[in-house]
Amino acid sequence: MIAKNIQLDEQGRLKHFLSIEGFKRQHLVNILDAAEPFANVHEQAVKKVPLLRGKTIVNLFFEASTRTRTTFELAAKRLSADVLNINIITSATSKGESLLDMLHNLEAMHCDMFIVRHNQSGAAHLIAQHVSPHISVINAGDGCHSHPSQAMLDMFTIRRHKKEFANLTVVIVGDILHSRVARSQIHALNTLGVTEVRVVGPKTLIPTQIETLGVHVYHDMQTALVGADVIIMLRLQKERMQGALLPSENEYYHQYGLTEKKLSYAKSDAIVMHPGPINRGVEIASSIADGPQSVILEQVTNGIAIRMAVMSQTLGRSSGGNA
Amino acid sequence: MTITSETAPLELNNPLALDALLDTMHQAIKSKIAHFEKEDVVMIGIHTGGFWIAEKLYEKLGITAPLGSLNISFYRDDFTKIGLHPEVKPSQLPTSLDDKHIILVDDVLFTGRTVRAALNEIFDYGRPASVTLAVLLDRGGRELPIYADIIGQKVTLEPGQQIKLCGPSPLQLVQNKC
Repeated sequence: MIAKNIQLDEQGRLKHFLSIEGFKRQHLVNILDAAEPFANVHEQAVKKVPLLRGKTIVNLFFEASTRTRTTFELAAKRLSADVLNINIITSATSKGESLLDMLHNLEAMHCDMFIVRHNQSGAAHLIAQHVSPHISVINAGDGCHSHPSQAMLDMFTIRRHKKEFANLTVVIVGDILHSRVARSQIHALNTLGVTEVRVVGPKTLIPTQIETLGVHVYHDMQTALVGADVIIMLRLQKERMQGALLPSENEYYHQYGLTEKKLSYAKSDAIVMHPGPINRGVEIASSIADGPQSVILEQVTNGIAIRMAVMSQTLGRSSGGNA
Repeated sequence: MTITSETAPLELNNPLALDALLDTMHQAIKSKIAHFEKEDVVMIGIHTGGFWIAEKLYEKLGITAPLGSLNISFYRDDFTKIGLHPEVKPSQLPTSLDDKHIILVDDVLFTGRTVRAALNEIFDYGRPASVTLAVLLDRGGRELPIYADIIGQKVTLEPGQQIKLCGPSPLQLVQNKC
């Protein structure tokens, strides 16, 4: 018997959003489609729609985040939900309260959704298994495991520029080892049916057996970039690095930093993406980050629409969640 | 197939019968907007049937502002029950609605809940000078204090009877499903 996918309810509708694994292509397409009209809400004089009026959404961030937390908060507010931001460093967990006790207290306050960022892989899954049935949990990044809403906003950005996923070659560059974003992107790209996903980086930053996820591994940047339609640059996650994985930042930039010259190996209409925060001069040249092929700021804007879609599909128990 | 009406019986599956209703609406809207400054008039059709009707009317009325389309999915009162349809088309209201005279067009007026949602959405885009509701059919059964200023035809349906506009070409009224 196949283990039940706790992300779906009995009717196969979206309940939690924890990882890309477990979703079929149609689920992901539904989320992308649902995000399209939300991308226009900011054009209204009143930048809000009343879909989640009366719902309470808790931002539960155990790890630092600016972009993800603020875009989740903005997304919730544009849906007219009430948002509670819990700063874990100053909360009672630092007084010794356990995570599950804290959750049960928040449940007692009649919250409807937890958005969870944690440095431990599997934290959002654990929370989803212990919350009351009416509560939805969204994973906003857990350890090195998964960051599904980031992957979906990247898919949304790719679709807006390239229309079809088939026939695309996507190259993910850099610190794959520590990147939950890369893992979620690889699952999403393969589920949506792109032709080829390549990862490129130094041997020390590419996990062993990553080929089993359906990617081609490269260690030479130039070879990897030939024919690329989409280039996704990743940040060097120095805070997660244990031991000497890199000779130096200069050496890394020389080999894997995206410069004008390296970009010229990709297709002329290739787009350049980065989940942020970017380190200029470490993984990407400023002229590329701010250049015409960069869609890095669009990714931030699209993050709001995608998060609105995921929140309204989980809390609305959309019939559209069916595959 | 015909539907009972206070006036002439309504013929279904007949594009010509529909043209007659559109003509009635056109005349009524024309005399209504004659009192307004031409550039202050904005026509908005409710997605999808109302927009098809609005397209037909807009062609003949010489309104200068672009035709708007309104998708009320985000403003429905039954969202938590039925969820969100994944293929919601975004609303397109290309001009500011402040101080405009809005002609809001829908196909069938029934409970009034769609119009309630549409009014809420319109007011999130601005403060219009007035809103005139124009519908192809008024089938009664209102659950809210809402009425149409301009009506193609009033009809009376048997319990359980449904009527639906199919389109966009040809536009025709049918029973139940397209």
